[in-house]
Amino acid sequence: MINKTIKQSAWFFVIPVILLVAFNALIPLMTVVNYAFQETFGDNVFFWEGLTWFEQVLNSDRFHDAFLRQIMFTSVILLIEVPLGVAIALCMPRKGPWVSVCLVLMALPLLIPWNVVGAMWNIFALPDIGLLGYSLNSMGIDYNFTQQPISAWATTILMDVWHWTSLVVLLAYAGLSAIPEAYYQAARIDGASKWAVFRWIQLPKMKRVLTIAILLRFMDSFMIYTELIVLTGGGPGNSTTLLSIDLVKLALGQFDLGPAAAMSLIYFFIVLLICWVFYTVMMKNEQQ
Amino acid sequence: MAKLTLQDIRHSYLSNPQTDGDFAIKHIDMVFEDGGAYALLGPSGCGKTTLLGIVSGLISPTSGRILFDGEDVTNVDTIHRHIAQVFQFPVIYDTMSVFENLAFPLRNRKVPESAIQSRVVEVAKMLDLEEGIHRRASSVTVDGKQKISLGRGLVREDVNVMMFDEPLTVIDQNMKWELRSKLKELHQNVRTTMIYVTHDQTEALTFADQVLVMYEGRVVQSGTPVELFEKPGHTFVGYFIGSPGMNILPCKVSGETVEFSGLPVECGNQIESMQSLQDSRTTTEIGVRPEYVRFSDQGIPVRIRRVDDLGRHQLVHVEHEQHGIKLICPEDALIPEGSARIQFDKDRTFLYANKWLAGEGSHP
Repeated sequence: MINKTIKQSAWFFVIPVILLVAFNALIPLMTVVNYAFQETFGDNVFFWEGLTWFEQVLNSDRFHDAFLRQIMFTSVILLIEVPLGVAIALCMPRKGPWVSVCLVLMALPLLIPWNVVGAMWNIFALPDIGLLGYSLNSMGIDYNFTQQPISAWATTILMDVWHWTSLVVLLAYAGLSAIPEAYYQAARIDGASKWAVFRWIQLPKMKRVLTIAILLRFMDSFMIYTELIVLTGGGPGNSTTLLSIDLVKLALGQFDLGPAAAMSLIYFFIVLLICWVFYTVMMKNEQQ
Repeated sequence: MAKLTLQDIRHSYLSNPQTDGDFAIKHIDMVFEDGGAYALLGPSGCGKTTLLGIVSGLISPTSGRILFDGEDVTNVDTIHRHIAQVFQFPVIYDTMSVFENLAFPLRNRKVPESAIQSRVVEVAKMLDLEEGIHRRASSVTVDGKQKISLGRGLVREDVNVMMFDEPLTVIDQNMKWELRSKLKELHQNVRTTMIYVTHDQTEALTFADQVLVMYEGRVVQSGTPVELFEKPGHTFVGYFIGSPGMNILPCKVSGETVEFSGLPVECGNQIESMQSLQDSRTTTEIGVRPEYVRFSDQGIPVRIRRVDDLGRHQLVHVEHEQHGIKLICPEDALIPEGSARIQFDKDRTFLYANKWLAGEGSHP
C-alpha cells in the first residue's frame, strides 16, 4: 500500500456540494419520509406509525392496479418507441440539406409544453369535433376516449409515441452518425447484407445511446403525469390512472398524507431499482 | 488473383468538374501485374485513397475503365469484384469473437460451415491469431485487430486484389516492423496482387517490388525502389523519396549547355534536342541527390552554413547565392570551414523541364 497524505481539511472543500445536495434532494426527501412514518391531524402534531402506511399501500388493490397499469403502459411505449425510433433514424439522410430539416421536424414535438401536448391531443381526439375522433367515427369505428377504456389507452399511447419517439430518433441518429464510413465499406467488401450491417455494426455501435434512450424513456414514462391528466384525467373510471395520477389523487384529492408519502417512497425506490438493474446489466455486457 | 488494368481513369468529387484542378484523379493509366506487390506512395490528398476506392468499387470514376484480367468491371459492385481491403484503423465487428470475425465474409457468401472452420483456423494460424480465437474481438490489442481485418481478406480464396490503406497508422512503432514483415511474408505465401497505400517511404520501399509515386492526382513515376531513388522521373519524386530529398535548383539552358547561376553543369539525361527546352513557357531545373554532391577543388563556390551529424553520415548545408544545397558526407569526412567548392556527380544529375525529367518520353 502506498501511504497517502490524508488531509482532514479536504472535507471543508466539499461542504458546498453537500449543502447543495442537502437542500436540493435530501431535505425535501426527508419531509416525505417524515410523513411516511407518522400520522398527523394538522397543528404540527405527529404520532409515530412505523411501517403501517407502507403495509397499507403495498397491500392495497388500488396500488397493485395502478402499478400494473403503469408497467403495462411503460412496456408498450418502450416496445413501440425504441424500434420505431431506431427505424426512423436509419431512414434519415446522413448528409445533405435534408439533415437539418429532418432534425428540426424531429425536435418539434419535444419543444411543446407538456400540458399543451395533452390539450392538443384531447381536442384532436374528441369524438364529435376532433379531427382524429370525428374521422374514426365517420369511418364506422366506434371511438370515444372519454368513455371507452380501450380508446383512452390507444389515445394515450399514440400521444406518448408522437411526443417522445423523437428523443429516441435523435439519440439513435447521433449514434449512427458516429460510425466511421470505413465500417460500411468493410461490410460491403465482406459481402454483408443490410440486416448483417444493422445487426453487427449499427446496433452494437448504437448500444450506448440506446441504453441512455431506454433509461430516459423508462423514467419519464414511469412518471408521466402532465399530458395524461390533461388528456384523460386518469379516466374513464380508473382505466388510465397510472402511478403518478393515483399518487396525486391520494395526496391532494383525499389528503391521506401518510399513505401518499409511503407510496411516494415506494414509487421512488421502484424507479431507482429498475434503472439500477438495467444499467448494471447493460454495463456488464459491455465489459465481456 | 488477377491482373488489374486501369484505363484512362479520371475522377472528380464535384458533379460538374471544369478545370484540371477539380479532379482528385487527373489521369491514371496503369497495369498491376498478377501477384505483384505494389505500393502507392504520396502525400496526403494526392488521390491515393480515391484510387483505392475506384479499384474496390466504393467509388465509381468520372471516366475511364477498370479491368480485372481483361474483363471490364467498371460497373460491377464491390462484392462481385472479389477484393479485400484493410483500412487505416482496424475495422472489426466488436460483438463477434475473433473466429466469427474471420468467418464473417465466408458466412455471407454461404460457404459450408465445415470449410469455414478449416479455412479460418488456417488463416488464424498464418496471422498468429489462433490463441484466444474465441475471445471477443473488441478485447484484442490494436495490432491484433488490424490482423483480424487483414484476416477477413485472407480467408477468401477468390480475392483478386488486396488493398491496404495506410494500415499501420495506428500501430505502435515496434509492432510496425513485425506487421510489415508479416505482410511481406504473407505476400510470398499467398501471391495475391497487393496494393499498399502509404505516405511513409520506408513502408513503401520495404513492402513493394514496384512503387508508384502519386502527386496531385497523377502517378508521376512507377518503378522499383532503386529506380525511384537513382533516377526520379519528376522533381516531386526526388523531393519525396530519400532523406533528405533531392536538391532541386533552377537553371538555364542556353545552346547545348545547362547553366546553374552562370556555371555550366553536366547532366545525365539523354536529351535529343535542347532547343525545345528554351522557350519561355518551359521552366528548367536540375536535380541532384545530396548523396551525389561532393566537395572538390574546382566547381561551384559555396559557403558552408551548417553541419548536422546524423550518426552514420553528416549532412552539410551549403549555400550558393541564396540557393541552398545539401550534401551527404561520410561520418569521418573532414568538412571544410567557411567557403568551399562542390561538384555534382555527372551521371546522377538530371535536367527537369516543367518538373518532369527532360528528354525521356512525353508527359502531360
